[in-house]
Amino acid sequence: MAALTIAAGTGNWFSALALGVTLLKCLLIPTYYSTDFEVHRNWLAITHSLPISQWYYEATSEWTLDYPPFFAWFEYILSHVAKYFDQEMLNVHNLNYSSSRTLLFQRFSVIFTDILFVYAVHECCKCIGGKKVGKELTEKPKFILSVLLLWNFGLLIVDHIHFQYNGFLFGLMLLSIARLFQKRHMEGAFLFAVLLHFKHIYLYVAPAYGVYLLRSYCFTANKSDGSIRWNSFSFVRVISLGLVVFLVSALSLGPFLALNQLHQVFSRLFPFKRGLCHAYWAPNFWALYNGLDKVLSVIGLKLKFLDPNKIPKASMTSGLVQQFQHTVLPSVTPLATLICTLIAILPSIFCLWFKPQGPRGFLRCLILCALSSFMFGWHVHEKAILLAILPMSLLSVGKAGDASVFLILTTTGHYSLFPLLFTAPELPIKILLMLLFTIYSISSLKTLFRKEKPLFNWMETFYLLGLGPLEVCCEFVFPLTSWKLKYPFIPLLLTSVYCAVGITYAWFKLYVSVLIDPPVVKTKKQ
Amino acid sequence: MEKWYLMTIVVLIGLTVRWTVSLNPYSGAGKPPMFGDYEAQRHWQEITFNLPVKQWYFNSSDNNLQYWGLDYPPLTAYHSLLCAYVAKFINADWIALHTSRGYESQAHKLFMRSTVLIADLLIYIPAVVLYCCCLKEISTKKKIANVLCILLYPGLILIDYGHFQNIYNSVSLGFALWGVLGVSCDWDLLGSLAFCLAINYKQMELYHSLPFFCFLLGKCFKKGLKGKGLVLLVKLACTVVASFILCWLPFFTEREQTLQVLRRLFPVDRGLFEACLKTFLFFLFCFTFLSLLPACIKLTLQPSSKGFKFTLVSCALSFFLFSFQVHEKSILLVSLPVCLVLSDIPFMSTWFLLVSTFSMLPLLLKDELLMPSVVTTMAFFIACVTFFSIFEKTSEEELQLKSFSISVRKYLPCFTFLSRIIQYLFLISVTTMVLLTLMTVTLDPPQKLPDLFSVLVCFVSCLNFLFFLVYFNIIIMWDSQNGRNQKKIS
Repeated sequence: MAALTIAAGTGNWFSALALGVTLLKCLLIPTYYSTDFEVHRNWLAITHSLPISQWYYEATSEWTLDYPPFFAWFEYILSHVAKYFDQEMLNVHNLNYSSSRTLLFQRFSVIFTDILFVYAVHECCKCIGGKKVGKELTEKPKFILSVLLLWNFGLLIVDHIHFQYNGFLFGLMLLSIARLFQKRHMEGAFLFAVLLHFKHIYLYVAPAYGVYLLRSYCFTANKSDGSIRWNSFSFVRVISLGLVVFLVSALSLGPFLALNQLHQVFSRLFPFKRGLCHAYWAPNFWALYNGLDKVLSVIGLKLKFLDPNKIPKASMTSGLVQQFQHTVLPSVTPLATLICTLIAILPSIFCLWFKPQGPRGFLRCLILCALSSFMFGWHVHEKAILLAILPMSLLSVGKAGDASVFLILTTTGHYSLFPLLFTAPELPIKILLMLLFTIYSISSLKTLFRKEKPLFNWMETFYLLGLGPLEVCCEFVFPLTSWKLKYPFIPLLLTSVYCAVGITYAWFKLYVSVLIDPPVVKTKKQ
Repeated sequence: MEKWYLMTIVVLIGLTVRWTVSLNPYSGAGKPPMFGDYEAQRHWQEITFNLPVKQWYFNSSDNNLQYWGLDYPPLTAYHSLLCAYVAKFINADWIALHTSRGYESQAHKLFMRSTVLIADLLIYIPAVVLYCCCLKEISTKKKIANVLCILLYPGLILIDYGHFQNIYNSVSLGFALWGVLGVSCDWDLLGSLAFCLAINYKQMELYHSLPFFCFLLGKCFKKGLKGKGLVLLVKLACTVVASFILCWLPFFTEREQTLQVLRRLFPVDRGLFEACLKTFLFFLFCFTFLSLLPACIKLTLQPSSKGFKFTLVSCALSFFLFSFQVHEKSILLVSLPVCLVLSDIPFMSTWFLLVSTFSMLPLLLKDELLMPSVVTTMAFFIACVTFFSIFEKTSEEELQLKSFSISVRKYLPCFTFLSRIIQYLFLISVTTMVLLTLMTVTLDPPQKLPDLFSVLVCFVSCLNFLFFLVYFNIIIMWDSQNGRNQKKIS
């Protein structure tokens, strides 16, 4: 019996949480999956059946390989397991092949690779302190953080319903953050470099890493007031960091450099021919911009300021992904978005350089970089909000102010993912899981910070409660009205704009809290 | 209660698990001409909506009783009628007379699944929540954990949401639970009303009727048959009669109507020709009653909530083991009372509930529910282990066997290994179940014995159930009158 007790892990709440969510993921296997399922099946086929020289040229399917080489190698390794499930899925010409065994294999591969994410969460819990309010397990910051990360709604529905492999990628990122917290900078840098070569979207947060490592690792000491001590610069550290990054990149891009295919690889990785916004506008600044443009153009038409003949035919919300022009406000080019993004992240970078607050400051900067890139980036996917939400969870159990921003960001961000699951059988699942996560996060953080002032003011409460009626209107009321045929994009537009307001507000609030933080560096160990 | 949000989260988890299980295929999907029991439910909506009440249970050109005729009491029919009205509002094709036979579509499947979820949410889940909140002498967190474990019980989820055989089991079980709640909290009239509704929803609830009767009778005796007891008895009788009349009102107008309904509910015409079969059934009947008589008598003489719950278990188990033509899913009638005693004897209850799910394995595999079965069983097991620390509660006292083993030790002084024996039995049982499951899934049965694995599952489950029958009866009979049990006597 003793052996069974140990095996069952009595009292080991972390295993119970991890196992519980894994079982839930298994239950989600028969749910709807998006075209990303076919994308990954295609990549399994490409990497398995074709030589490396053809990986980035293959175009039988429209879903060409557009992730960096490490991900291609990852698919290659998976394909060797896949052949035991169903050999047919590895045929490049079997487009949209989805036998039950294929489905089982793909779903299980996502669930299995999430082990890395579980490990990363475990490491993060070790290095996040946070105050202890009570002796109860459910009130400890570690417990709350574990639930917020392991049972994260966004990750669950994007990875295990919509189908993607974000779990282990975020595991790599959280692990690198944890290593930086534990002052194992080289490992952190290495993990991040590897991550970049898995999915290049993490370039959004690369400035934070670069500046932090340069400032707090390459300069080994600070002056007493926290400013930089130039003579403590360590060449060894810089060179070793550079070497790590170089070696990882060489491993990844080396083969393609040798094959003279670098240009092709980069053109696949950064396809700028796509439009400013996805078919469904990510709730960022450009959603508000587009919304304003639409409103102004409607007003302009009504008041006869605009000539109907000059308005471009392609409507931005018709669901097509293409380049187009704005009607009233100036059009936006990729360069403009890049400049806006750079301007947006500059203050946080400066903060990280001039008043370093250790790993916590780095984390804030990372979140701000992710959020700012989300706000102003070109062709941003709404799923990119997870890049900000997951690291923010680490901060949320530390301070009440951060918890407040986290809750607004998370609730709004998660709600903005709803249009990803538009099928009827998944409607109850997304509502139930959303309610589950939202109720838990709000109530647990409120309990954790119950001795401080309330987390939300009346405006924020009102806004968050407004998500309920919005959902009812968009999913239940609207389809029964006559507008469904005339203006089918209105629910998406409303969701996008409403969430954009919340996310912009959270971004702004976080920025303010970072900028007005006192610059004094604590002398005790961080 | 201050932890309302935790309770909400637990209920949400229960609902999520239910809905995700319902995304799996249902029995008889796409298999004409009879399709599956999903079609039965749809057909009942068609019948109750389009035909007048008088024709619901009769064979006619419009209502072919051979094709999924109604064989549940009137309350099921009324429920089907209610669902039919909603169906009419959404899409009248679903219940059009004759033309809707075998209707299958994604939207209709969603509709049927939703009706199950809503019925569950309105009747069963509130009963579970309220029941656990009314438990005495345990902390709030344990109460919430109790709700979670009961809601995660795999058997009910898989049958109602996966198998679709005679769905709405949660409705009848929910009503029965309201009955238990009412009667345990001394709201006897409401409790008996709820239980009558349960019987009038599915006649299988009669398995629970004897303990209800004995418990209430015992209460009347305790209050004194000359005064308050008699008043209570009369009130109860009136409640029962009134509720039956209310449900059966349309069918009481003619004697033939009532008889026909009874014929549909209790098809004694099935296979009852030979005299020796009748004799065998008579003995079976006697044996059943003999096995549950001691517990019932004790309940009448010493009515207590705790005794009541255990008697529910033992009576239902006796009926299940020894009755004629019992369907595998009838084990749910035993599982519900066992869920109620989860907080008293967590180890044995968890064990029983695992076996009960395993006993339905052939049925679940037939419907390709292997993955949900395994996942929900593991989830339930992990929940019980985490929240109740069941492996630490295997001492004699925890298993409520202390008085029994003391009595035995009077004759056999060396009888000290009871809890050790039980732990080993548990290990053997679980190992056998896991092995059998693996074998059934991976291997093909030999040609000469195609039903080998189903029979083996049946056999192993039956052995386990016999053990539990003995165990529960021991608990009831040796229930100590001293110590903390005094407080539990109502």
